Amino acid sequence: MERRTIFGGHLLPIALVAPQFLLTLIFFLWPAGQAVWSSLTRQDPFGLHSQFAGFDNFVELFTDSLYRDSIGRTALFMIAVSAVSMSLALLLAVFADREIRGRIIYRTLLISPYAIAPAMAAVLWILLLQPRIGIVGVWLNRHGVHWDYHLNDYQAMGVIVLASAWKQVSYNFIFFLAGLQSVPRAVLEAARMDGARGWHRFRTITFPLLAPTTFFLVVVNMVYAAFDTFGTIQALTQGGPGKATETLMVKVYRDGVVNLDIGSSSAQSVVLMLGVIGLTALQFRFIGRRRST
Amino acid sequence: MKRRTLLAASAATPLASIGRARGQAGKLQIVWWHAMTGVNADEIGRLARAFGESQPEAEVLPIFKGGYADVLTAAIAAWRADQAPHLVQIFEVGTGSMLAAGPATKQVWKLAEETGVVLDPSIYIPGVRGYYSLTDGRLASMPFNSSTAVMWYNKDAFAAAGLDPEKAPATWSDVVSSARAIKAKIGTPEMGAVKSPVTSSWMIWVQLEQYGAIHDLPFATKANGFEGLDAELKFNGPAQVKQWDRLLGMAKEGLYEYGGRDTVPDALFYSGQAAIAFGSSAGRGQIAANAKFKWAAAPLPIDPEINPNPINSIIGGASLWTMTTKQRSVAEYKAIAQFLKFLGTPEQDAHFHQTTGYVPVTFGGYEKSKADGYYEKQPGADVPIKQLARGTMTANSRGLRLGRLSEIRNILYEETEKALQGQQSGKEALDNGVSRGNRVLREFQKSVGG
Repeated sequence: MERRTIFGGHLLPIALVAPQFLLTLIFFLWPAGQAVWSSLTRQDPFGLHSQFAGFDNFVELFTDSLYRDSIGRTALFMIAVSAVSMSLALLLAVFADREIRGRIIYRTLLISPYAIAPAMAAVLWILLLQPRIGIVGVWLNRHGVHWDYHLNDYQAMGVIVLASAWKQVSYNFIFFLAGLQSVPRAVLEAARMDGARGWHRFRTITFPLLAPTTFFLVVVNMVYAAFDTFGTIQALTQGGPGKATETLMVKVYRDGVVNLDIGSSSAQSVVLMLGVIGLTALQFRFIGRRRST
Repeated sequence: MKRRTLLAASAATPLASIGRARGQAGKLQIVWWHAMTGVNADEIGRLARAFGESQPEAEVLPIFKGGYADVLTAAIAAWRADQAPHLVQIFEVGTGSMLAAGPATKQVWKLAEETGVVLDPSIYIPGVRGYYSLTDGRLASMPFNSSTAVMWYNKDAFAAAGLDPEKAPATWSDVVSSARAIKAKIGTPEMGAVKSPVTSSWMIWVQLEQYGAIHDLPFATKANGFEGLDAELKFNGPAQVKQWDRLLGMAKEGLYEYGGRDTVPDALFYSGQAAIAFGSSAGRGQIAANAKFKWAAAPLPIDPEINPNPINSIIGGASLWTMTTKQRSVAEYKAIAQFLKFLGTPEQDAHFHQTTGYVPVTFGGYEKSKADGYYEKQPGADVPIKQLARGTMTANSRGLRLGRLSEIRNILYEETEKALQGQQSGKEALDNGVSRGNRVLREFQKSVGG
């Protein structure tokens, strides 16, 4: 309350808030508004004929069984990516948290994948897994595994989960490492004196204390899997075979940029936007509550 | 090569603020967005320079805008912001969308009429011209880089399998028997790197669209969409179902390797892993640069029981569309028309054909290449041209004029990939393709107010 009186008039506060407000308005609210408006219209690519279509685009989306399949597939993909990347990151963080020689080097190396562009990461995975030119792919085929992710729904899903999760391991690793370092040593010492062994100690002391970090990472990983994996999927499978790896984001791109179906694509982005708003609200609520208690 | 083009493009972009159509030397500047990379991009640069030197008024600034789909999207966004470039290179499947673009484009016949520059459609090869013409024969866009589908085969692998390397399989039953002969020898030292007998790039374009065209089978009603937006897909006829079942059967037998969508399977051929590959005739340069074995191009195989007298195949590639802005002057349109005319001269067309592997789009360019002795030096380089000029063109072989055709192709890839995994039959794949594709066509029809 007191702080408000520091400013004599309205001009200075407005001037200070204005840049941020304008940025938000121009780069977030205005495009989002455009997307909402487009989702209610039916228009040709050039915008020559644009007619108000009400909720037609949404009705068409949700009556299309292929779209409903895509929602389920995306949910599965989000869970799989989060589970794989978080468990790997936690494992690595636990090891890197120990007193070992050269741990700065290990940590730096573990963080480095985060700096690689998604398309580049996908190319590296192609060089590993492609059935004809990838080292692992060729090896699998030579040893009697029929490996061809261009023509196998499950293998394709496995490949994009692996590639997407790998990219996120570094990010999760940093947070888990910080979380582990903030676990009070005294508590662990006490547990040790009570005779709690390694795994037992981790399960009953460390992991519960990591819960806020874990929850935060679950949300971040879900959002990552839904939105930031487009480059990886596009480079690896383009959503195929069939529609086996077509997540909602891939479908937005395909319908909007390739098929130039602006109305439907906008409706899909509005659906996605609602999803993110929901996830973020959940996160704020949960973390806010934890802080206040 | 590619990096240089990208750098040049990004350096040139600020210059290309379209409102200012004057180049450095006070010349009119014509901005041209294209999607070519490598050797093809160099050739685009050469054409622009040659035009600039050929006359004093105008110069052409080519800008690389990404892949074909990116160019189309960028052009649409630019037009909506009244910042469209003068010329854009649009792939053949985008033709339907561009034709529905009304005031955004100035079609070739109108450009000629308004500027007084004579752009004679009859100098262009009919197979190419037809694809980009209105039903009454007026040219809508300017034919540019065109290719068609051909069959490439590895002569060494043919010899190793005891087949005649000078005689390519002419019918599909020959293809199947050759594939079996090759398969029997896979793993032997003579066969070398070959791991699968047959593969196909652009599977939908080659095995369904081209297959239909050469056998005179309709892909859609209304003359494949040329005669109206209310066309309905028809590619699930008995002949096409038979063709799909055959490919699925070959895949099951280990004779056909799917390899992936679009151009992904290309590498299987020139790395020597597939002995027979279907693909774009424009792949010639790439194959010549990469293949470490003897190879040749052959016409697409036919099914004589369906049609013993195959007709012309259809083209792929792209054409050039003139775009409008509110303040674009008559002088600029005139310069565009002169550049389009320049591209159609025999010298330029022949040079483009011989350096890139695309077919000549004019009779003049073809004659000039013959006179240059190009086909003696490059045996088989005229296979696509002869195939394009074969027989009398019908409503089924003029091309496809369907809105959102690339989406329909994607649907067919999806359905076919399901069939290849054994989840459905060839007939089901094509039937689903028809019903899902028809929904796309109706959506397009509604969106353009047809």
